[in-house]
Amino acid sequence: MAGHSSYTPTSAFGKWMHQRLPIYALVKETALDFPTPKNLNYWWTFGGILATMLVVQIITGIVLVMHYTPHTSMAFDSVEHIMRDVNYGWLLRYMHANGASMFFIAVYIHMFRGMYYGSYKAPREVLWILGVVIYLIMMATAFMGYVLPWGQMSFWGAKVITNLFSAIPLVGDSITTWLWGGFSVDNPTLNRFFSLHYLLPFVLAAVIGLHIWALHVPGNANPTGVEVKSGQDTLPFHPYYTMKDAFAIAVFMLFFAAWLFFGPNYLGHAINYEPANPLVTPAHIVPEWYYLPFYAILRAIPSKLGGVIAMFGSILILFVLPWLDTSRVRSGNYRPIFKGFFLIFAIVCVALGYLGSKPAESTYLFWARVCTFWYFFHFIVILPLLGLLESPKPLPASISDDVLSKSKNKLAPAE
Amino acid sequence: MNPDASVKALASIEFDLAPLAEGQEVTIKWRGNPVFIRHRTAKEIEAAAAVKMEDLIDPLARNANVKESDPATGENRVLKGHEKYIIMMAVCTHLGCVPQGNNGEYGIVEGSAKHGGWFCPCHGSHYDTAGRIRKGPAPENLHIPEYSFLSDTKVKIG
Repeated sequence: MAGHSSYTPTSAFGKWMHQRLPIYALVKETALDFPTPKNLNYWWTFGGILATMLVVQIITGIVLVMHYTPHTSMAFDSVEHIMRDVNYGWLLRYMHANGASMFFIAVYIHMFRGMYYGSYKAPREVLWILGVVIYLIMMATAFMGYVLPWGQMSFWGAKVITNLFSAIPLVGDSITTWLWGGFSVDNPTLNRFFSLHYLLPFVLAAVIGLHIWALHVPGNANPTGVEVKSGQDTLPFHPYYTMKDAFAIAVFMLFFAAWLFFGPNYLGHAINYEPANPLVTPAHIVPEWYYLPFYAILRAIPSKLGGVIAMFGSILILFVLPWLDTSRVRSGNYRPIFKGFFLIFAIVCVALGYLGSKPAESTYLFWARVCTFWYFFHFIVILPLLGLLESPKPLPASISDDVLSKSKNKLAPAE
Repeated sequence: MNPDASVKALASIEFDLAPLAEGQEVTIKWRGNPVFIRHRTAKEIEAAAAVKMEDLIDPLARNANVKESDPATGENRVLKGHEKYIIMMAVCTHLGCVPQGNNGEYGIVEGSAKHGGWFCPCHGSHYDTAGRIRKGPAPENLHIPEYSFLSDTKVKIG
């Protein structure tokens, strides 16, 4: 993207337009001809998958709103009306509900990819930070969306999450009352969550625009972690990566369809098919699967304020990740010890997710505490020290060298 | 985004205690929140009075009808002259779930039955027979709203 446009329109209309709004030049440079490292693997296709999922969520969401009623006495029934009476309403709602889960699966893979290949390192810190902002907006959006059907889990999820803010000293209670617009989660709460649930995806789209802008300044990272050095190292985005992304998106849609048509309620909770009752809390309340690791951290700390701080801290620590990792080598492929610790970290995150779904008792609680400790230990102690202690493997001279040496090795037996 | 006039207007409610038998508990709704009204047994009142102050996690009464600095003794958790009725917000002071009655480690066990005491299923907070937090993540005793007796069996909350 560096440098001025090399595009010169040929047609008369093209020339006329180019002098007034050079939109085709922009598309050509940033999407079609954009020089992309030639060694990107399938882990790099999740950006395209995420953009697709956002579009799916916005389109299904807009149609769902045409049939939904944001009022405590009618919300639950209007969702059932969508499921039973609206043409393809069941499909729209299941796409939207499962689409949220698919969105999170893709974003977690995208994040772990960034963490393994060191994509957050200079000069891509702002790109990474914008990604964390996107993740936070996604979490807020998904949470408010889950409240809208006004089932038991919707209501009690809303109550517990908004009560997290009551842990803030002095002003906590005023903040929760302000969030609720009342003395408890009630109709004003539902209305404002509905309003924000509709707004935030568009904010998300705008921040994704910034994320892509920040990506196009240094260009993509790649599995070797070595920066692009010459034209030998890159391919134009189109057709090479449009095709690769399109194939990955198609495979991901198959995965999505499998959930959608064969287990549309598997990722939800049966109790949310019971209308909200402010007088009875379900015996076992759990958030949606994508929040479980953070929920486990919240419960692992035996203090209200401490739990809330640890939970928010576990997400906010991602903002400073570029400065916690002191290693100058980007890619985990060339960091033998980091590789092991990364695997442990990934297992700890999954374990926290499992523990978050279990009651906070004896053995589960013990392991949740061990994993919570390790989560922070990884960021605060291991990553800074590893950069100083570890001796990385030699890096390839260029992306092109790496690709060629690999294909040479493959050909070797035939020689 | 603060509460509007119509929300604030739901200030008080009245409740008839006559049908409430000893050992019985009801949950009513006030200002959108559930409220426990329990007709306590003599044993529950005794157990609440016998607790030493230093065993409490939250030493304050959290009772809108007494002074803010008053200790959480058995008597300070109820209204004088109406000790058998305990009236408190059924909102766990941790994250706002409704605790379950006749449950938790601080209820009174008689054979296989348990009475008095509350347990919050969300994150495992245990409250004793006076609704005081004894174990778990909740930081405060269950809050007691402002209430007054209009007659021996009629109570006004708010």
